[in-house]
Amino acid sequence: MSDLYELRCRECGKTWGNVPRSFCEECFSPVEVAYDYDSLKKISRRENLSRRSFNMWRYAELLPLPEGFEPPNAVGGTPLVASRNLATRWGVKNLFLKNDAVCFPSLSFKDRVVATALAAARRFGFHTVGCSSTGNLANAVAAQAAQQGFDACVFIPADLEPAKVLNTAVYGARIVRINGNYDHVNRLCAQIADRFQWGLVNVNLRPYYSEGSKTHGYEIAEQLGWRLPDNVVVPMAGGSLITKIAKAFRELIALGWVEEKPVRFFGAQATGCSPISTAVKRGLARFEPQKPNTIARSLAIGNPADGPFAIKQIRESGGWAEDVSDPEIVEAIKLVAETEGIFTETAGGVTAGVTQKLIREGRISPDDTTVVCITGNGLKTTDAVAAEFPPAEAIAPRLDAFEALLDTQLAAAATKGN
Amino acid sequence: MTVTIEIPTAFRRFTDGAQKIDCSAGTIADALNELTTRFPAITRHVRDDSGQIRQFLNVYLNEEDIRFLGGESCCVKEGDRVLLVPSIAGGR
Repeated sequence: MSDLYELRCRECGKTWGNVPRSFCEECFSPVEVAYDYDSLKKISRRENLSRRSFNMWRYAELLPLPEGFEPPNAVGGTPLVASRNLATRWGVKNLFLKNDAVCFPSLSFKDRVVATALAAARRFGFHTVGCSSTGNLANAVAAQAAQQGFDACVFIPADLEPAKVLNTAVYGARIVRINGNYDHVNRLCAQIADRFQWGLVNVNLRPYYSEGSKTHGYEIAEQLGWRLPDNVVVPMAGGSLITKIAKAFRELIALGWVEEKPVRFFGAQATGCSPISTAVKRGLARFEPQKPNTIARSLAIGNPADGPFAIKQIRESGGWAEDVSDPEIVEAIKLVAETEGIFTETAGGVTAGVTQKLIREGRISPDDTTVVCITGNGLKTTDAVAAEFPPAEAIAPRLDAFEALLDTQLAAAATKGN
Repeated sequence: MTVTIEIPTAFRRFTDGAQKIDCSAGTIADALNELTTRFPAITRHVRDDSGQIRQFLNVYLNEEDIRFLGGESCCVKEGDRVLLVPSIAGGR
């Protein structure tokens, strides 16, 4: 059976077959995977899913996987949490957190995109895979490359925090430190992919990589009982995820797996790196690149490649984009943890903080069904909240010492209450 | 001023295979104009119908995106490098 998908330019529509390439050589615009939906309709049925495990591979026919592909690991299949406590706090009725903070194996939604990227890397015969990254993506590449027997080479800014480097190094990945910021690293990787025969997941494998994001959207629809939500709030770095969730929903409608309905897409950024939300709020035709300055480093892309598509998706859906300050991000991380027992990283704080803002601004209606996309785990960005929780005073191992401590704490609480 | 434009692989079919083009220019716009004058077939890949640099083509002067330098009117100096790089920003 021949492939039911191939690369197509998102601007000029030229098709390129299946090759490791991220942009159209005619017009330099990004290419993406396009499918033969008529054929897909005949071979993929919603009923077939009941016999499959709940992970991203249950939607295999809707992904750009080579013939005979055997899933090497159970990526995805994360919980959609009905968040009643948070909903009450915000005064809304139907709120859900899609929790990729517990995605297997490296605790972020990047596991999904790396899974489809490495399937493509295998197909194209790459032995070395890599990425430009400062965190989640590097973790995901290193972990899955280790399991699947690829050599991994990860490019990072030289000033990266030691903890983040460790989270990649532990899997045996080669790490190349670059004197420069993330956008410098990214530009270098574009040149490396141009020169070397390596599979860089977010460069020359990008079209296949980004398709993995769709599974976040498929799962949301399935977990809502094969229904689409009214609103989705999505964190934006390069701007890809929000467009891929939209693509996932469009595909489910095209296949007849869900009823068609309008879904508003809301984009979330940190104020310290907000090229997309700024463009949406100011009604700009093109975003203006920024120099990032925020604790939400996993979203800090000042020059987002998919920014134009994210802006278009948001506008056409009737949604909006917002951004929140670093203190608001920290408050939102704490709020999600205290109400729902979910510890998310700074990107999740951005998304939750923006959702709160959108509800207060009246852009999200209290009666709507709203899904908030949580894409990473708080254990990776403890630095961002550490100052909020200084170590408690230690006491002697005696009951009277504990009673004294309780009295002190109760008095403090009473003072705070007054 | 003599500056060097580095040509990505995808564009080399328009530059007779040349990886680097030296040109005499006072600004980025001058340099790009010399490039498109010498190799007219590259023009529509560099600029859109309205004459603007294409949305998904990033132009760098040495280490900096020219959008941080005031756009293509920014001045260049002897020995500067101009890079043309497709817009690729992955997740981090």
